[in-house]
Amino acid sequence: MVQARNHFELLGVAAAYAVPAEALDRSYREIQSRVHPDRFAASGEAERRIAMQLATQVNEAYQTLRHPLKRAIYLLGLQGVEVLSQTHTAMEPAFLVQQLEWHENIGEARAARSTARLESLRAQLSVEKRERFARLANLFGSGALQPAAEAARQLLFIDKLEQEIGDGIESLEDL
Amino acid sequence: MALLQISEPGESPAPHQRRHAVGIDLGTTNSLVATVRNGIAGILNDEQGHPLLPSIVRFRADGSVSVGYEAEIERARDPKNTIVSVKRFMGRGLRDIAHVENSPYDFVNGPGMVQIRTAAGVKSPVEVSAVLLQELRVRAERSLGGELVGAVVTVPAYFDDAQRQATKDAAALAGLNVLRLLSEPTAAAIAYGLDNAAEGIYAVYDLGGGTFDFSVLRLSTGVFEVLATSGDAALGGDDFDHRLFCWALEKAKLAPLSAGDNTLLSAKSREIKEYLTHHAEARFNAKLGSGEVVDLPLSQAEFWEMTRHLVAKTLAPTRKALRDAGLSVADVKGVVMVGGATRMPHVQRAVAELFAQAPLNNLDPDKVVALGAAMQANALAGNRAAGEDWLLLDVIPLSLGLETMGGLVERVIHRNSTLPVARAQEFTTFKDGQSAMSIHVVQGERELVSDCRSLARFELHGIPPLVAGAARIKVTFQVDADGLLAVSAQETSSGAQASVAVKPSYGLSDERITRMLRDSFEHAGDDLRTRALREQQVEAQRMLQSVEAALEQDAALLDAAEFAGIRACVNSLRTKAQCDDHRAIKSAIDELNRATESFAGRRMDRSVQEALTGRSVAGI
Repeated sequence: MVQARNHFELLGVAAAYAVPAEALDRSYREIQSRVHPDRFAASGEAERRIAMQLATQVNEAYQTLRHPLKRAIYLLGLQGVEVLSQTHTAMEPAFLVQQLEWHENIGEARAARSTARLESLRAQLSVEKRERFARLANLFGSGALQPAAEAARQLLFIDKLEQEIGDGIESLEDL
Repeated sequence: MALLQISEPGESPAPHQRRHAVGIDLGTTNSLVATVRNGIAGILNDEQGHPLLPSIVRFRADGSVSVGYEAEIERARDPKNTIVSVKRFMGRGLRDIAHVENSPYDFVNGPGMVQIRTAAGVKSPVEVSAVLLQELRVRAERSLGGELVGAVVTVPAYFDDAQRQATKDAAALAGLNVLRLLSEPTAAAIAYGLDNAAEGIYAVYDLGGGTFDFSVLRLSTGVFEVLATSGDAALGGDDFDHRLFCWALEKAKLAPLSAGDNTLLSAKSREIKEYLTHHAEARFNAKLGSGEVVDLPLSQAEFWEMTRHLVAKTLAPTRKALRDAGLSVADVKGVVMVGGATRMPHVQRAVAELFAQAPLNNLDPDKVVALGAAMQANALAGNRAAGEDWLLLDVIPLSLGLETMGGLVERVIHRNSTLPVARAQEFTTFKDGQSAMSIHVVQGERELVSDCRSLARFELHGIPPLVAGAARIKVTFQVDADGLLAVSAQETSSGAQASVAVKPSYGLSDERITRMLRDSFEHAGDDLRTRALREQQVEAQRMLQSVEAALEQDAALLDAAEFAGIRACVNSLRTKAQCDDHRAIKSAIDELNRATESFAGRRMDRSVQEALTGRSVAGI
């Protein structure tokens, strides 16, 4: 069977937070063009099944590494820091207060049925996200794994907010 | 014994050995079949020279059927037994179908898919679609002069698992080997992209007879990557006809119509809609069975006004797909228009306004999907010439989830994940000694199970009796390149494989498919055994050919014993393939599959390594 490798090894990039996007894209396409089930549509069952498993694995690796937050969580996991299981850790109070404010603003915009306000919140949030990712990259750069995990955990909350805004816009459009 | 011709991957076999493969667009209103000949994709016409096959089937009491134009003519006379727009019923229950009250059919609401009672008995939408597919298969085989090795059948991108499975079942019933189910907008993108050497972000706006799809793709040399897709599986040109039909009823103050008049006015509505694409004024003119005459003037502007909400309904999914892809309209380089309903000027205008650019209409919107499917079929059948290589990466249109406490959905696989995709989820028991567990899989974006489509209920049996919470059951959801889901389960603490009983909520059971197959062969005067034998022989040849090619290239990956083992299986299959026992051939194929499993894994692994070497990859 196909030997087990981590996502970085599978896609042939160094296991670091900063990944060269172009090299990642290139490896992904290069590998998929060899293992994708479309290449084996006329093959026997064993080859078709293995192609599907490998293509699935390559998709998973690529989606994880291409996404800055998933990549951070995965990399921390490889280094023995479990971001998702650290639910016992208390969040910074200042961060929680800020979260509540966001929730309130989103709730108000939804109640006012204002797509424009939701869009503006989305723009603000994306600025905040950019800054946070820059900080996360720095933390990885200096090898501060615990603070990086904390930053990643906060970004999970930010992702949730973004999803909430998206759902809000969608629900207004569906009517 | 025939010598096998081995060609290197990527190299075309000689012309006389080309494997006939076709692309089929199984449409709501019309269906088409296309193939690639001499490097050019073309539609295969019927013997009268018609490219389209109206997607209409009439069942007669004597068991005979008429299909296409013939059925269209007979429709007014026998509306109850003449099935149009059957695609709307694929994988659907009665409550999912819009405008049921205006339908002339005698629906049978079963536990799964809706069925229709006809003069020739109760027919499932799968059987009706199979009649259309069979007609296209016969057309293709006649015009290509040989059996088909396979077909790519297109489905709306927004079709869910039940609808895709129903389409695949229909193809199997029609005697087609399905190489791939391909999303319609993706097929269009292939045809457009290859013809125009397009690069960059492109969108496909596909408004067909009964379905709407919108997909955003990134096209780059040799790669078609779907970034996001969205749509409405129950919105199409038919709804514009229906709006016009309702308008006529209202304006003319008509009493409830007979089935015949209903069909007449529906056909008239469609005619007027098409006329108003090129004319400013029309007259809705029809004579009912009672002798009553309907005569109403209608302007293009009035028609646009009464259907404006339908056009608007396509724009919300369009924006949603862009949002999912993280793009804005300004990022889109071109919008390819597909489907006959995009001919309507107000649809064109709405798209042009949203994207601030003129949509691309340089391909025939009725044919482009079939042509793209033919190109993909040609590639999958191994006919592509060197340099004609491309890679297609499609996505799952709707999220897959599981029912959790309180009727809520927990998403397991998110929409727009690149296919193939898999996720494993762990479950545990909540009672001491619990040995079974039931799991409910749904598809859709809503939070409540009742708002999503129920795909299947699984029952896991054989869980070892342990205290509550001790058993660990890993359930794996695998979605293949056709967008179809398979589920497997394993008890991880003891390693026991829990059995999975699949009960499709929609769709058909295996027994029913087998019975339908048997019926259809009996009807066609074909013998099920002959058919099974032929299928196994074709599969055996395919298998032998691919293993021989693999041995030729990569024998070095095997030690002497492994090589000998595979050789023995190859020889055994080659001998068995000559006999007329389909079961013996099948078991020899299975044996060869098992014998080559680790070889195939090693080959694939080496392929990945090759893909990574020879290039400067940072940091290796």
